[in-house]
Amino acid sequence: MANEVCFKNMHLDRPWTLETYQSSGGYSVLKKILREKTPAAEIIDELKTSVLRGRGGAGFPTGLKWSFMRRDEPGQKYIVCNSDEGEPGTCKDRDVLRYNPHALVEGMAIAGYTIGASIGYNYIRGEFWEPYERMEAAIEEAKAAGLLGKDILGSGFDFDLYNHLGAGAYICGEETALLESLEGKKGQPRFKPPFPAGFGLYGKPTTINNTESLASVPEILSQGGKWFVDIGKPSAGGSKLFSVSGHVNKPGNYEIPLGTPFRELLELAGGVRNGRKLKACIVGGSSVPVLPGELIMDVDMDYDALMEAGTLLGSGGVIIMDDTTCMVKVLENLSHFYMSESCGQCTPCREGTGWLARIIHRVEKGQGEMADLDRLEDIAEKVGGNFYKRQGGRTICALGDAASMPVLSFLKHFRKEFEYHIEHKRCMVRS
Amino acid sequence: MANLRDGLEKKTLTTLVSSKAIGRIDKWIDKYPLEQKKSAVMAALRIAQEENQGYLTTELMNAVAQYLGMPNIAVYEVATFYSMYEHKPIGKYQICVCNSISCMLNESEELFHYLQERLGVKPGEVTQDGRFSIKEVECLGACTGAPMVMIGKEYYENLTHEKMDKILESLN
Ligand SMILES: Cc1cc2nc3c(=O)[nH]c(=O)nc-3n(C[C@H](O)[C@H](O)[C@H](O)COP(=O)(O)O)c2cc1C
Ligand code: FES
Repeated sequence: MANEVCFKNMHLDRPWTLETYQSSGGYSVLKKILREKTPAAEIIDELKTSVLRGRGGAGFPTGLKWSFMRRDEPGQKYIVCNSDEGEPGTCKDRDVLRYNPHALVEGMAIAGYTIGASIGYNYIRGEFWEPYERMEAAIEEAKAAGLLGKDILGSGFDFDLYNHLGAGAYICGEETALLESLEGKKGQPRFKPPFPAGFGLYGKPTTINNTESLASVPEILSQGGKWFVDIGKPSAGGSKLFSVSGHVNKPGNYEIPLGTPFRELLELAGGVRNGRKLKACIVGGSSVPVLPGELIMDVDMDYDALMEAGTLLGSGGVIIMDDTTCMVKVLENLSHFYMSESCGQCTPCREGTGWLARIIHRVEKGQGEMADLDRLEDIAEKVGGNFYKRQGGRTICALGDAASMPVLSFLKHFRKEFEYHIEHKRCMVRS
Repeated sequence: MANLRDGLEKKTLTTLVSSKAIGRIDKWIDKYPLEQKKSAVMAALRIAQEENQGYLTTELMNAVAQYLGMPNIAVYEVATFYSMYEHKPIGKYQICVCNSISCMLNESEELFHYLQERLGVKPGEVTQDGRFSIKEVECLGACTGAPMVMIGKEYYENLTHEKMDKILESLN
């Protein structure tokens, strides 16, 4: 049951073309909706039945999100796609853009119709030039075929879609930072409320969804919400893209049903490289808590099971670490990332991510002291709350939480390695 | 000798970049509502930078500001917030090496050091012939192809030192 939604056409020749997309039923859902003038509520109900949860990381139900928009109120509304993909370990949206851009075009047009938006923007990270060109070509093809633009297929529905290019900033993946960036400003997250559904792009009602979420919509509506939920779990429908990277034999993006055991995903990815032992895994992109190999092996890859196991599904970036990995070094790398990418708006995050990175750096270099470990936990809690106590962060956006979870989880599961670095002034694994 | 009139004379964007570049910027402006021209600032800065051997100057930023009807400071804020804008000369080929977790687990640090040694430059420096510079960057969203680099608009994945050598030789 792999490759049924976003990667459905992966095996076909030039899957990114309109011709290929239409040859496997592409755009038939959009056409049907426009022809039959399907009530928006019906589309939303179908999405609710499908239990599609946002693929950007937070897992918010997509149908519910769309229902927040007051479709029939006058005034401009927007649908915005988040193709800023920057969470270390995650590179699935890149392949949706490169290999199935028309699914995203169709998904965004359907979203526009459902929430009453006549304009859509797809925010693509600035480094994604090849995916951007594929998307540009797809939009041109769709326009030429009369599937985008004014009065689509004589239905009276107008929908214009534009790509926007970022310029290098992880924080623009946070949805309100993305809106700021789209407005031509620094990407600094907004206070919420108001939420984008009330006050979004240019102050107008806006829905923001991840690339994979939107690209899944046509297939869900084509096969039915029931079909989709049955692929996955009752609490998390469908199949999902997982990027498997790190120490594996066959790194790659895999589309598998939610609820697939981790062990099977690891097998799909060819197992741990050189037949080594799985030491640890970060299953949901760099921000989620790490789990030791023995705790993840038998867990199912869905929101609830991963939560119970002590981590999060996040963006589906599965980072595999074998037994040659120094966990102090890895945490140093992660903390450096969050320090670099903090937008600087909130003091706890701006200062705290720097403190975390500097202290872990000195521990890694063998210059730390035992008190540093408690210090790290203390700072991590002050920046981003405590995942284990179900406490959220104290900042405008969740980047603080994202910086805190690695620190707390590495110390929880691999504290001995940190202590060894401090005591022996060298690495436990590499010496 | 510095031209004494530098800084006094305000050059417009149309005199600083090609008409083709202006055409491209205008296309971006058309994507946004009429009163939201400033949404095109990211694209305008990128295009202006491309026209100036890969980096921005105060003169260019001011000209972009004027072209889009924005205060200069608003453009500086954008130009210094995002990592893809450069403010110093870079090589004809800037090699952006991903240093984030999946790449690190696949020896990106070694690759980064190898490049510095082979090209004889540190991050931020340009080789004497002006051809290469190196930059450390955060995750480029190609983690399953680690280790990887971006040169210009291209991604190069699953790199080894030998593969890197071949890529460098193929660029000129
Ligand atoms: C620091 C940070 C970075 C994020 N990066 C991304 C991203 O690159 N792509 C994405 O879709 N969502 C990202 N998100 C989540 C978005 O804020 C938002 O929840 C998501 O785009 C909503 O779409 P969905 O409901 O379809 O998942 C990020 C959130 C935070 C706090
Ligand atoms: S970690 Fe290097 S591309 Fe993501």
